[in-house]
Amino acid sequence: MMKRTLLIAAAVLGLSAPAFAAGETPVPPQLKWSFQGPFGTFDRAQLQRGFKVYREVCASCHGLSYVAFRNLSQPGGPEFSEGQVRALAAEYKIQDGPNEAGDMFERPGRAADRFPSPFPNENAAAAANGGKAPPDLSLMAKARTYERGFPWWITDIFRQYSENGADYLVALMNGYHEPPQGFTVPEGGHYNEYYPGHIIAMPKPISDGQVEYPKNEAGQPQVPETVDQYARDVTAFLTWTAEPHLEARKRLGFQVMLFLIVLAGLLYFTKKKIWARVGGEVDGHATPPMTHNP
Amino acid sequence: MSQHPTTYVPKSALGRWFESRLPIAGLVHSSFVAFPVPRNLTYFWTFGAILSFMLVAQIVTGVFLAMYYTPNANLAFQSVEHIMRDVNYGWLIRYLHANGASMFFIAVYLHIFRNFYYGSYKAPREVLYILGVIIFILMMATAFMGYVLPWGQMSFWGATVITNLFSAIPLVGETIVHYLWGGYSVGNPTLNRFFSLHYLLPFMIAGVVALHVWALHVPGQNNPTGIPIKSGKDAVPFTPYATIKDIFAVVVFLIFFAYWVFYMPNYLGHADNYIPANPAVTPAHIVPEWYFLPFYAILRAIPDKLGGVLAMGAAIVIWVFMPWLDTSKVRSTAYRPLYKQFFWVFVGVCLVLGWLGSRPAEGWYVIASQICTVYYFAHFLIVLPVLGFVERPLPLPNSILESVMGVQKGGAGMPAGANAEPQSKG
Repeated sequence: MMKRTLLIAAAVLGLSAPAFAAGETPVPPQLKWSFQGPFGTFDRAQLQRGFKVYREVCASCHGLSYVAFRNLSQPGGPEFSEGQVRALAAEYKIQDGPNEAGDMFERPGRAADRFPSPFPNENAAAAANGGKAPPDLSLMAKARTYERGFPWWITDIFRQYSENGADYLVALMNGYHEPPQGFTVPEGGHYNEYYPGHIIAMPKPISDGQVEYPKNEAGQPQVPETVDQYARDVTAFLTWTAEPHLEARKRLGFQVMLFLIVLAGLLYFTKKKIWARVGGEVDGHATPPMTHNP
Repeated sequence: MSQHPTTYVPKSALGRWFESRLPIAGLVHSSFVAFPVPRNLTYFWTFGAILSFMLVAQIVTGVFLAMYYTPNANLAFQSVEHIMRDVNYGWLIRYLHANGASMFFIAVYLHIFRNFYYGSYKAPREVLYILGVIIFILMMATAFMGYVLPWGQMSFWGATVITNLFSAIPLVGETIVHYLWGGYSVGNPTLNRFFSLHYLLPFMIAGVVALHVWALHVPGQNNPTGIPIKSGKDAVPFTPYATIKDIFAVVVFLIFFAYWVFYMPNYLGHADNYIPANPAVTPAHIVPEWYFLPFYAILRAIPDKLGGVLAMGAAIVIWVFMPWLDTSKVRSTAYRPLYKQFFWVFVGVCLVLGWLGSRPAEGWYVIASQICTVYYFAHFLIVLPVLGFVERPLPLPNSILESVMGVQKGGAGMPAGANAEPQSKG
C-alpha cells in the first residue's frame, strides 16, 4: 500500500517510477564522458585501459562476439597498432574446420576473427553460472538504460543526453553493497543498489587494484586503480564496442548539419525573392480548378 | 492529374511527337507546374511534399538495407549488427531508416492535425481524405512489421502482443493469429512473412499516395480560410511558388531529421531491442513505438480484450466518418471560436493518451486512460455534430485575396475581415 502511494506520488510529481522498480532504485549519477555531445570522441588511452579490464576480468564470463580483433586497430576505437592486434589475436585459440580429413581443429586467432566466447554455448554458460548465462557485452552500453521521467526525457533531446546506458553500467559496477537491514538476498543472488529489483546474479566483478594500469615516469599508475576508474574505463570501451562508428557519425553529422543549414538559408532567400513577385497582384497564370466547388 | 485539358504544348518536334502518343509531360505540367495553389497557404501545407520525400527516402534506404539483412530468426539480429559494424556507411543507412519511420509519423501527424484544424476533410474532399486515412493505416502496418525485423527483445514481444490481439476476434480469431504467425507462436515463419510484407506495403502506400494526389488535384487544395479559390487572383501557379516553398520546407525538415540520426539515433527506439529476441524472457515493460502509444493507451483502457481491440480499431476508423460527423458548414477553425477550444483540448487529450500509453497499465494510469478514451470518442460523436448547430462562426472573408490583403493592411492576427459578409457559403 505504501509502495503504491509512493508510486502515485512519484507519478504526480512527474518522477514516474518504472513498473518493475522496487520503488527505491536510485537514479545513476550522470558522469562526464569524452564521447558525449556533438563533438565527442573516445579517449584512446581510456579505451585501451577499458579493453585491458575487459580482457582480464569480464572476459572470463562475458563474450564480445560482435567485435573482431581487427576492430581494435580501426580508426575511432582504441587504435592499437596492427602489429599489436595480430599478436593479440594469436594468443587466442579459434576453432576452425572441417579440414581435408573432415576434422575440426584449433588454430591461433587472426585479426579478422571475432572474439571467441568463453563458453561453447549458452547452456554451458548458464550451467557454469548458477543457471543464468552471462550476457554478451558487445551491445551492453546500448541495451541498458534507466527511466528518465518527465521533464528530463524532453530536456535530454536538447542536451543530446544519450549516455544513459554508460551511466547505468558504471553505477551498477559501483553498486555492490551490503543489503539494507531486513532485505534478504536469496542464495546465488547478490545485492546491488542500481540493479532493478536489487538482486543480481553477477557477483561483485572487480575490486580495487585488481588490474594493473600503465605507469607514468614516477612509477605511479596514470589513473587510479580503483573500482570506479575501472568501471568508467571498461564502460567507455563497451560504448565503443556498441557503437564503433560513433566518432564518424558525429563528425559526418556536423558536416551534414552545416551543409543543410547553408542550403536552407539559400533556399529561404530564393523563396522570398520568388514570392516577392506576388506583392498585390498575382501573375495571372493561375486559373481556378474547373471542377465543382460548393 | 486533373482531368481538364492542358494548354501545355511541347517546344520540340520530338516532344510534340511523344506528347501526341503519351501526354505525360502535359500531365506533369498541369499537375505540378500550372496547377493553381491558394496564395495564402502556410507552412502547414508543406507536409504533403515532406511526406512524399520521406516515403521515397524510406524506400531507398530500405532497399539498401534489404541487400544485407537476413530474414531468419537465427541470423536477423546478427545481420543488423553486420550492417551497423561492417557495411560501409551501414550505420548511416540503418539509422536513417529507423529514425525515418519516426520522422514519417511526426510529419503525418502534423499533416492530419492540419487537416482537422482547417476542415480539409469536408466536402468536396471526402475521398481525398479517406485515401489519406488508408495511407495512415498502411503506414502503421508497415512500421509495426519493420520494427519486428531486427529480432530484438522488443521486436519479438511487440509482435507477440500485437498479433495476439487478433485472437480476440470471435470464432476466427485463433485461426487468423496462426496464419499471421505461420505456426503456433511468433517464430521464424512470422519473421519471414513480416519481411515480405514490410517490403510490399510501401509500394501499396505509393499507389494510394498517387490516388491521394490525384484526388487532391480535382478540388484543389484547401487553405487557411477554408473558402475556395474564386478567381485567378486568389491563386499562384504551383511552380515556382509552391515548388520552392516545398523544397525549402523539406530541407528544414531534413535538418530536424539529421539531428536525430547523427546525435540521438537510439533515443526514439528501445534499449531492449539491442538484446537478441528470447522467447523465454519477457521484458519488464513491453512498449510499442512512440507513434502507436495513443492507440495503445485506448487498447488498454478497456478491461475486456475484444472491447479493447475494437476501441483501438474504432479510434482510427472513426476518422473516416468525420466529413459527416462534423455538421458545421465552415471549414476553417480560424472562424470557429468555440470549436477552436475543443480542437486544442482534443490535441491535449491525444498527447496525454500517448504519455499514458508509455506508462504501465495499473492504478491511476488506467483510470486516466479511460477518461481520455471516453473524451476521444466524445470529440467525434458529440462535439463535432453538436457544435455545427450551436456555434456562431465568425464572418468569412469574401475571397482569399481579401483575407491576404486584410492582414497586410490591418495587421490583424486573424484574417476574419471586418468587411466580411455573413456566412453563406461553405
